[in-house]
Amino acid sequence: METGSPHDTGTAATGRPAVADGDEPVWIALPPGLLRMRRLLLGVWLGLLTLATALVPGLLAGPVWAAFALLPLALLLWGWVLLERNWRSWRYAERADDLLISRGVLWREQTVVPYGRMQLVEVTSGPVERHFGLASVQLHTAAAATDATIPGLDPAEAERLRDRLTELGEARSAGL
Amino acid sequence: MTTPDVPDAPEAVRGRPPVTERRLHPVTPLRRAWAPVAVLIGWALHDPDQAQRQLNRLTTTTLLIGIAVLIPAAALYGFLTWWFTHFAVTDSELRIRTGLLFRRTAHIRLERIQAIDVTQPLLARVAGVSKLKLDVIGADKKDELAFLGAGEARALRAELLARAAGFAPETAHEVGEAPARQMLRVPAGVLAVSLLLTGATWGWLLVAGVVVPLLWMATHSLWTVLAAAVPMLGAAGASSVGRYVTEYDWTLAESPDGLRIDHGLLDRAHETVPPGRVQTVRLVEPLLWRRRGWVRVELDVAGSSNSLLLPVAPRELAESVVARVLPGVTVPPREALVPPPRRARWCVPLWWRGYGLAVTDAVFATRHGLLRRSLSLVPHAKVQSVRLVQGPWQRARGVADVHVDTGANKSVTARLRDTAEAAALLHSQAERSRTGRRDALPDRWMS
Repeated sequence: METGSPHDTGTAATGRPAVADGDEPVWIALPPGLLRMRRLLLGVWLGLLTLATALVPGLLAGPVWAAFALLPLALLLWGWVLLERNWRSWRYAERADDLLISRGVLWREQTVVPYGRMQLVEVTSGPVERHFGLASVQLHTAAAATDATIPGLDPAEAERLRDRLTELGEARSAGL
Repeated sequence: MTTPDVPDAPEAVRGRPPVTERRLHPVTPLRRAWAPVAVLIGWALHDPDQAQRQLNRLTTTTLLIGIAVLIPAAALYGFLTWWFTHFAVTDSELRIRTGLLFRRTAHIRLERIQAIDVTQPLLARVAGVSKLKLDVIGADKKDELAFLGAGEARALRAELLARAAGFAPETAHEVGEAPARQMLRVPAGVLAVSLLLTGATWGWLLVAGVVVPLLWMATHSLWTVLAAAVPMLGAAGASSVGRYVTEYDWTLAESPDGLRIDHGLLDRAHETVPPGRVQTVRLVEPLLWRRRGWVRVELDVAGSSNSLLLPVAPRELAESVVARVLPGVTVPPREALVPPPRRARWCVPLWWRGYGLAVTDAVFATRHGLLRRSLSLVPHAKVQSVRLVQGPWQRARGVADVHVDTGANKSVTARLRDTAEAAALLHSQAERSRTGRRDALPDRWMS
């Protein structure tokens, strides 16, 4: 869906290569559930804030003061666009020997974790995530700096990924 | 010799050889004897008037009753904690059982040992005892064996290393200490000169020399001046005298069990790092050492707090030591390090010249620092994950950072590489991390 993305930092939005670098990583994007959840949360909280900033000064000090509500409203619209771009930037690829995770719009980060280095694969799902049918997969290696999390996956996919990663990790286990 | 051997009956039932549980050295309870005294002194110093008043109120009888109750209670507590602390060495584990009310049992797997330290604080040297600590990922302070008799600690270290190395369990406690060959000993004079040429001490002294007179002129209050001067002089002392005392008589030796590092003037420490445990090595070259060609060599071992390999050594010698510590690695010469592209100067002005990167068959080497140069080396086999990070400003200049994460929770970063180069590096480094592991030593290095 298009939400009228502005062109001020257009390079970032188009910088997502359709043809991945050189060899064959098959990138998998996140399902739309995560975007829906984040937008709903944003809408609820900022919507309430907009309402509050419109009503409280508007009723107490005069209708002109209700213009304060424009601030959270602008934030809401900006966040709406931002969330989609962030969601689009997340993707992962399972290659023969390692897992790739790529994310970020302005600050881009790409992580490569060889399967043999995985110490633990974790699937987590909070109450809100569960309500939206989402789960995240987190990989731990012996290095705490390894930041390999894939949020907002379908629970079935998360479990498939977990089982596959553990299996591959066992087959190629290398330790410290 | 003074520790009683307590055979543990239930272990023998399942047909395995019985595990002999041992206790720590009997002086152990005394190691916390200074704590209540220190608390009293601290309180008296903190609030002298109150302490004086309380002291006047004490009569001889209350004093006597107090002593009669407190000392036996403390002694009983000390005795019980000692009595309920046991340790045992099995074929594959070191087990430590402790706790009076809350029982705690730690089983430390021997093939996971990253390093073994035997340390002797000054008072322990007088009493002829030492501490033994196993560095394992996730182990904490409670898992050290303090105290053991000095001879017993050495024997236990030899036995643990033999078992960890994969010697047959029946013969492991007869293997004895592996022979060590001395590689390097830092002369006291060189150490003293090197510390005099360290910037930190002079920096603190300079700050103290400026701040103290200013404060005196502004306040004329002795206490304020003292409160400001003492921490600064303390920091200067710690970075000169303190370091001299710990790094005195630094001896590096090599044995089949790995590296042996012995050091200390008052507190002696003997560290052993088994083969294949070193995650990263750094050669640090402070500005004032450059003319003499000296470097300091630091290392990272997972789960260990020791981080110094050599406090000071000539560069060629340090490089030969690094080649021994990381087998098959040669330190890349300065010309081999490729600097970032010129446009990187818009990201990090001036200091971009200090950055450099070299990737050889065995190591990923990066340099940073302009005045205090530092060269970090990571063997490919130790790389846990690789990350490419690029901020908006860096993207506009076409450069990116590549981080290489190791198991010692240290990341080594190649900064401001060309974007295409960084992307290629990301994948080739992950590939090398995988293949580099193939010819690495097994965890049990003798098997």
